Amino acid sequence: MQTFPKKRIEIVVEAPLLRRITARLAETGVGGWTVVPVLAGHGQHGDWTAEGQIGTASQMVMLITVVDAVRLDAVLDGVFALVSRQIGVVTVSDVAVVRPERF
Amino acid sequence: MFELALQNLLSPMVLFFVLGLAAALARSDLTVPEAVAKLLALYLLMAIGFKGGAEVAHHGVDGTLVATLAAGILLSFATPVLAYAILRGTTRLDPVNAAAVAAHYGSISAVTLVAVTGVLTQLGIAWDGYMVAVAAAMETPAIVAALLIARGRSGGDEPGESRGALLREVAFNGSIVILVGAFLIGAVTGARGAGLLKPFLVDAFPGVLCLFLLDMGLVAGRGLAQGRRYLSPAVTGFAIVMPLIGAVLAGGLAWAIGLSKGSTAVLITLAASASYIAVPAAMRLALPQANPAVALTLSLGVTFPFNLLVGIPLYIALAGRITA
Repeated sequence: MQTFPKKRIEIVVEAPLLRRITARLAETGVGGWTVVPVLAGHGQHGDWTAEGQIGTASQMVMLITVVDAVRLDAVLDGVFALVSRQIGVVTVSDVAVVRPERF
Repeated sequence: MFELALQNLLSPMVLFFVLGLAAALARSDLTVPEAVAKLLALYLLMAIGFKGGAEVAHHGVDGTLVATLAAGILLSFATPVLAYAILRGTTRLDPVNAAAVAAHYGSISAVTLVAVTGVLTQLGIAWDGYMVAVAAAMETPAIVAALLIARGRSGGDEPGESRGALLREVAFNGSIVILVGAFLIGAVTGARGAGLLKPFLVDAFPGVLCLFLLDMGLVAGRGLAQGRRYLSPAVTGFAIVMPLIGAVLAGGLAWAIGLSKGSTAVLITLAASASYIAVPAAMRLALPQANPAVALTLSLGVTFPFNLLVGIPLYIALAGRITA
């Protein structure tokens, strides 16, 4: 089967910021994304778990989107302006898709 | 006073809270599912909102409503300024973290409001229904004050964040919407609505509050265990002294307005409480450089248990002295 190269962006970020990030993605023309809850992790500040957290302030989410390489810089610039001062991680990786017109 | 404190400590609500706190500190696997905890919180806010509205429908409103609303807004706006000055003068918190913590202490805890109304009901002390509206009005001014403090320190607005959007999110957060919405429904339906919903919203209230406070004990205990490293003697002292300062300020305003004993106790408790749901989320957007664990550990791990175990009976006693 023929596949096509694309860029996959993963953003692990604090839940209160999610709505702003999805709005920014929509502004930059990103056509789709997926959000999944983050259960636990370990980082600079030690262990973290979603269990027993109250409200959305202490929750984390992971947003996954796949974009064309041409659009990558614009998307990252928009996202970075929002997440640069927040707790979280942004990664970009090379992936292959089978339906390129969707990204 | 001592009898009131003992009665509070030995009430099922407080004992269930202590059970949750102890279980969390002992690292028990006892949990209340998150969805259930959210439902319990919705129920409790709906119950006190509705009860407040129905009471307003029955007794009507007078000039004290406006005066009390103004007092609540003033307290919410002024408390962060005072809290910030105390934090900067007595602790090693930097300006941004101090501003974030100050916002938590200017705003209110809806759960503490639920708790004090539960205790007042147990004691047979009436409070004015419009205090629910006062609680809602006290939520956001503290955030404005904290942002002004932070802006004053940094010399400009935080980039990338719309203050209007932020305040709208806080003003329309779920707790406030259900509280004010239920208040309005109670005010519209009055005695007929109250009679219809009494078995659900009144009779079941103490039992649901016990279950909810069990969960709050678990949450507070886990927060305390995780955030222990942030609790220096100075910031821990702040988390106990600041509620008392807020209580005295609110007591003075309640006296000046001439509030009833129950409403005075509610206003004092609101001023003494610290937010741990709406404000933390707002601070993550407005002051992301602040460490969220510091403010949350203080408000949820220290001030909330202090208010529940010691503060509320103290505030009711203070209200009694003020209105005697």
